Amino acid sequence: MLTIKDLRVNYGGIEAVKGISFTVPDKSIVTLIGANGAGKSTTLRSITGLVKASGGSIDLDGTELLGMDTPDIVAKGITLVPEGRRVFPDMTVIENIRIGAYLRKDSLDADVEWVYSLFPRLKERSWQLAGTLSGGEQQMLAVARALMSHPRLMMMDEPSLGLAPLIVQDIFNIIKEINKQGVTILLIEQNANMALRIADQGYVLETGRISLSGTGKELLADESVKAAYLGKKKG
Amino acid sequence: MKNITKNKNNLYSLLALAVLLGFLAFLQSDTAGYSYQISILERSAIYGVVAVSMNLLTGFTGLFSLGQAGFMAIGAYIVAIFTIPVSARASVYYVSGISPVIANIQLPVPVALLLGGLAAAGLAALIGIPVLRLKSDYLAIATLGFSEIIRAFIAAPMFDTITNGSYGLKNIPGFSSIFTVFGLAALCIALMVLLINSSYGRTFKAIREDEIAAQSMGLNLFRYKELSFVISSFFTGIGGGMLAMFMRSIDSKTFQVSLTYDILLIVVLGGIGSVTGSILGSFLVTSGRELLRFFDEPLMVAGIQIPLFRSGFRMVIFSILLMVVVLFYRRGIMGDHEFSWDGLFRLIRGVPDRLKRLKKTPLKAGKGGRK
Repeated sequence: MLTIKDLRVNYGGIEAVKGISFTVPDKSIVTLIGANGAGKSTTLRSITGLVKASGGSIDLDGTELLGMDTPDIVAKGITLVPEGRRVFPDMTVIENIRIGAYLRKDSLDADVEWVYSLFPRLKERSWQLAGTLSGGEQQMLAVARALMSHPRLMMMDEPSLGLAPLIVQDIFNIIKEINKQGVTILLIEQNANMALRIADQGYVLETGRISLSGTGKELLADESVKAAYLGKKKG
Repeated sequence: MKNITKNKNNLYSLLALAVLLGFLAFLQSDTAGYSYQISILERSAIYGVVAVSMNLLTGFTGLFSLGQAGFMAIGAYIVAIFTIPVSARASVYYVSGISPVIANIQLPVPVALLLGGLAAAGLAALIGIPVLRLKSDYLAIATLGFSEIIRAFIAAPMFDTITNGSYGLKNIPGFSSIFTVFGLAALCIALMVLLINSSYGRTFKAIREDEIAAQSMGLNLFRYKELSFVISSFFTGIGGGMLAMFMRSIDSKTFQVSLTYDILLIVVLGGIGSVTGSILGSFLVTSGRELLRFFDEPLMVAGIQIPLFRSGFRMVIFSILLMVVVLFYRRGIMGDHEFSWDGLFRLIRGVPDRLKRLKKTPLKAGKGGRK
C-alpha cells in the first residue's frame, strides 16, 4: 500500500533521515522502533507532508506523495495521530471528534457512533472539555479524531508515551481492533516490546538508517534488539 | 423541564430586549437633552462591532493582530468620501480641491458602508498572504506597522484631493437615530456569531488550540487564517465607517495606534474568546471613561482644594481600575464564557454565600477572584 524508497529528510541542516526504505502492506500493522533521535517522528511527519523530504519517494498505491501538501495527503486517506496526543484542549470531546472529519461533508452521525462504540468512555464524556480528560482518555480521543477521516492508513506517533501500563495495554488492544476492521497501521514506538508483539512487520531505526528488519516475532527474538530496546541482556 | 427553562430564558431575553428598546426610545424622544448619553451609547455600540471582530480573530482563531485602526480608517474614509453630499464638497476640500474622479459620486449610506467593509477585506486578503505566515507577536508587529502605513498614506500630501490630507473630512452625514446604530451593530455582531457557531467557527478554534494537530487533520491552515482575517477586517471596516458617521468629521489622527489599543483593551477586559464579553467591555470602557470625568474637575472640601483632582486625573483612576480588574479577573470579565441567564442567576444567588464567607474568613477575602 505504502512504499517508501530512499527517503531523506533534512532538519535544519542535519540529515535526520538518511535514505530509508520500507513498505507497509495493505491491512497490516508495521512498526518503526528506535531510540530518541533515530528519525522515527521525522519519517512520519514527512509522509504527511508536515516536513518536506529532501529526496526519495513515498508511493501510495501508485501515487507519489512527496511534495504534496498535507491537506491533499490527508484526503488520500492517510492520517496521523501526533505525538503527545495534541487534542484541542478548550473544545469539547464531541467537537474534537467532529473536526477529525473536517474533509468530509456527508453526515457524521454514524461515524460518531462508530468511534463511540470503540471508545465507550469518550461517549460518557462527550460534553467535557478535552483538556480535562486523563492522559489515556486524551490518547483515545486523538485516535477517535483520526478515525473520523476514514483513513486507509493510520500512523501513530508514540501512542503509549506517558501512559500507565494498564492504559497502554488498552490502547494496543484498540489498535489491534482498528486494524481488524481494515485500517492499515504504521506505528512508531519506544515501547518496542508492546509494538513488536502486535506488529506484522518491524523495522529498527538507528540514527536515520534502518539497521534491522523482520517480522515482529523475529525482532522480539533478535539478540541485539533485546539488548538495545527490550532491556534484556545479551544471552 | 429543559424546555420550560429554555422558554423562560427566551422570555427573559425578550424582556431585556424590550427594556433596551424602551430605553433607547426614551433617549430618542429628547435627542437634544440626552445627546451626551446617546453619544456614549452609540460609540459603545460601534466599538462593540470592532471588538467582536477583533475577538473573532484573536479569541477564536488565535491570531493576534493589531491592525484594527488601519482597517477602520479604510472603512471610515470610504464612507466619508462617498457620502459627503456633493453640494458640500467644495467647502470640505477647500484647500487642495477635490479629485475629479470622485467629485460627483455620491453613494447611499448602506452601499458606502458595505464598500468600506469590502475594501478593508480586500486589503486584508492582500496583506494576509505574506503576514499570516507569521505567528503571535510577530504578526502583531507586522499588522501594527501596516496600520501605520495606511494612516501615513491617508495623511500623505499626494492624496490631498481624495483624503483632504491633514485637514480631514467633515460634513459626513450622521445616523438618523440611535436605533440605526444599534440595529446595524446588532446585525454585524449577529452575523459574526452565526459564523463562530458554524463549522467554520469550529475550524477556527481548532487552529487556535493546536496548529499542528489541525494540520494533520487535513485542515488548510493558511486558507482558514486568511478567511478569518478577511472577515474580521470586513466588519472592522464597517465599524470604521460607522465611526466616521458617528463622529461626522474624521482625520488621519483619529486612527492612531491608540484606537487599536482601545479595542484591544475592550477585548481583553471583556474576555478573549467571549462575544458577550466584548460587547459588555465596550460599554464598560466607553462609559467608564466618561463617568470618571468627575475626577477631572477641581474638588473643594471644606474650602481646601484637593490637589490631585485636575484634568487628566481620571485617566490615572481609569488605569488603576483596569489593573485591579486584570489582577482579579485575569481572563477578563467573562473569560471565554458567554452570557447566559442561568449564569447570571447563579451569580446573584451566590452573592449571599460569598458575603457570609467574607465575614467568616476576612483574611482570605478578595483572593483569587473568579472561580
